[in-house]
Amino acid sequence: MNLRSRLLVLVLATAVLAAIAVVATLRAADRAAEREHARPGDPVARAGAVTLGQPGRLLFRNLAWGPQRDHVSSVPLTAPAGPRTSAPRDCLRFHAAAGTGICLRATGGVVPGHEAVLLDGQLRPVRAFPVPGMPTRARVSPSGRLAAWTVFVSGDSYAGGAFSTRTALYDTRTGTLRPDLEKFTVLKDGRRHRAVDHNFWGVTFAADDNRFYATLATGGRTYLVAGDLARRTLRILRENVECPSLSPDGTRVAFKKRVPGAPAATPWRLHVLDLRTGQERALAERRSVDDQALWLDGHTLLYALPGDFGADLWSVPAAGGGSPRMIVKSGTSPAVTA
Amino acid sequence: MALGAVSLVTDVSAEMITAVLPLYLVVGLGMSPLAFGALDGLYQGATVLSRLAGGHLADRGAQRRKRVAGSGYALSACCKLALLAATTPAAVGAVLAADRTGKGLRTAPRDALISLSCRPEEQGRAFGVHRAMDTAGALLGPLVAFAVLWAAHDGYDAVFVVSFCAAALGVLLLVLFIRDVRDAREPSSGTGRAEAAGASSSPQVRARVRPRGTLRTLVRIPGLPRLCLVAALLGVVTVSDSFLYLLLQRRLDLPAPYFPLLPVGTAAGFLLLAVPLGRLADRIGRRQVFLAGHAVLLVVYVLVLAPWGGGPAAALCALLLLGAFYAATDGVLMAAAGPLLPPRLKAGGLALVQTAQALARLTGSLLFGAAWMSFGPEGAMTTAAVALIVAVPVAAAFHRRSRA
Repeated sequence: MNLRSRLLVLVLATAVLAAIAVVATLRAADRAAEREHARPGDPVARAGAVTLGQPGRLLFRNLAWGPQRDHVSSVPLTAPAGPRTSAPRDCLRFHAAAGTGICLRATGGVVPGHEAVLLDGQLRPVRAFPVPGMPTRARVSPSGRLAAWTVFVSGDSYAGGAFSTRTALYDTRTGTLRPDLEKFTVLKDGRRHRAVDHNFWGVTFAADDNRFYATLATGGRTYLVAGDLARRTLRILRENVECPSLSPDGTRVAFKKRVPGAPAATPWRLHVLDLRTGQERALAERRSVDDQALWLDGHTLLYALPGDFGADLWSVPAAGGGSPRMIVKSGTSPAVTA
Repeated sequence: MALGAVSLVTDVSAEMITAVLPLYLVVGLGMSPLAFGALDGLYQGATVLSRLAGGHLADRGAQRRKRVAGSGYALSACCKLALLAATTPAAVGAVLAADRTGKGLRTAPRDALISLSCRPEEQGRAFGVHRAMDTAGALLGPLVAFAVLWAAHDGYDAVFVVSFCAAALGVLLLVLFIRDVRDAREPSSGTGRAEAAGASSSPQVRARVRPRGTLRTLVRIPGLPRLCLVAALLGVVTVSDSFLYLLLQRRLDLPAPYFPLLPVGTAAGFLLLAVPLGRLADRIGRRQVFLAGHAVLLVVYVLVLAPWGGGPAAALCALLLLGAFYAATDGVLMAAAGPLLPPRLKAGGLALVQTAQALARLTGSLLFGAAWMSFGPEGAMTTAAVALIVAVPVAAAFHRRSRA
């Protein structure tokens, strides 16, 4: 082939490839627009007032298609399958307790950014903190004083595709932000433990607004750590614990655990650990749960499983036995108002 | 340069995926990225093997370099489409492993083609131009990806299709405009055509291409083992970027959202300096520039460690210097190795040098991690700086003897 015919081939092929690229983008844009319309048979969500002050309600991120998608929505705990009331507040991750809410959301713009927004009882923003990656976990302490959030800092092309997490704690009373749990001292068997690859995620607070639990990953293993905010320490308690969630009475921790023999991609089963006896119990949920469970009350756990529109919320007895039940279709990131 | 253009569009394609993959996994598929990260690590080793294989295969015949590089590019292009179908972590991991295999396959033959396409005294400039275009593509990729996502909310499939189109364009550019340089000592054109058709080559050629035979031949090439040793020695004391960024971030108390911008600073320095430093290397000697690059790296270490009040300005300085380090070493090493190698061993020889360096850097990272654990971050950095101070003169002494 001479240069002219080669150039001709190049121009033609470029035109075809460009056309394919444009068509693919336009079709994806169309599909995105489709999601703005509610589909028949889906849970109904209507715009309305959502507050953190009304007791006995379940709040979550609504995932049903329609204009209320991604908005914080609320249903009565007595009728979780009923129509949803949605606040005009979009969150990727959400949690709330005692009148304080934390919302991890995407900021607008071409290059995706994310922020953590502290919310008051009316879900109005109080303070926003920029975060360095994709939101994954959010928690408020039972008293509403402390908030914690975890994001994934994605590996850029130079770092070789590895992921790391960053967990921040915020004290609403003193206004102190601790942007990185990695600055805390990690203790293993009473001695300081150092490693480059310390990663933390999934904080859960005790009632005293000082103690908390979290996941530490290092050297390819995960650990349950007990944190002390005042001393800025994290003590390693137990191996193979991820995403702890402390029960309302502070005696048990629900978590996901890697079980041998499960597929590498979906290795987790929900367990509950009794902190006093050190006994752990597998729950009735046989599917792999990759979520930080929430205690609906002292006896029931709530967690998200992948569903048709992202995720559904399921419940299972915390004492073992029973069977999992779907509570909310097309929803994730639950919180309960007391 | 056509190969530069190939790399540019290919890197646009690759970096589009790198930029959105975490988002896709978490937001699109609802996967836990940490689980994926662990899976991903399993496949990292694939590149080393496929790079050596690519180099070895490419040396086997007349048109092989282009063909091996082309299959590497094509394999990676197909992986972009395969991502559309991959919805489980295992599947995504497998696709990425294939993608990286493609990258490993193409690297050495591509560098061999660059090296063969220009005269020995222009090698530095040629590699400089190539690496600069490559980096430009890497910087553009994420922008294109986010533009697509901005136009189509959650349109990850569109990102994959657009990325495939860019990769396909890269393959096409390679097929149309890159001509494999024929070695004068290669069998006559008749045999060459037979080889191109996939037929077996002459017994003489086959005898030479046995891996062990090739390795033995490579080791006997004057200067090459020494260059590998120098690259490996300096590779061990090169602290990986992610550690440097982490330390910089800690020293500066850099607001977290700016963290992803750090590599952009390095890439900018690399982009600006790759061509001028490549030319400089052609003029004053590639090994000198390569060593000087490591001296610059030492300045980076000192900047990261030193008690400075400079803040962002000093950090920017460190990043640009880190870019300068890469500009003075990445393409320049290939430019130094290229002329040592006879054309028929070009790709395999370059692959060997790259692998020596890559393995040394991996070892360095493990050692640095261990040092961090025992001496803390600053201690580890100081250790690395001291090791670098020792390694550079040793490498220089080595290099002086090799020039004599």
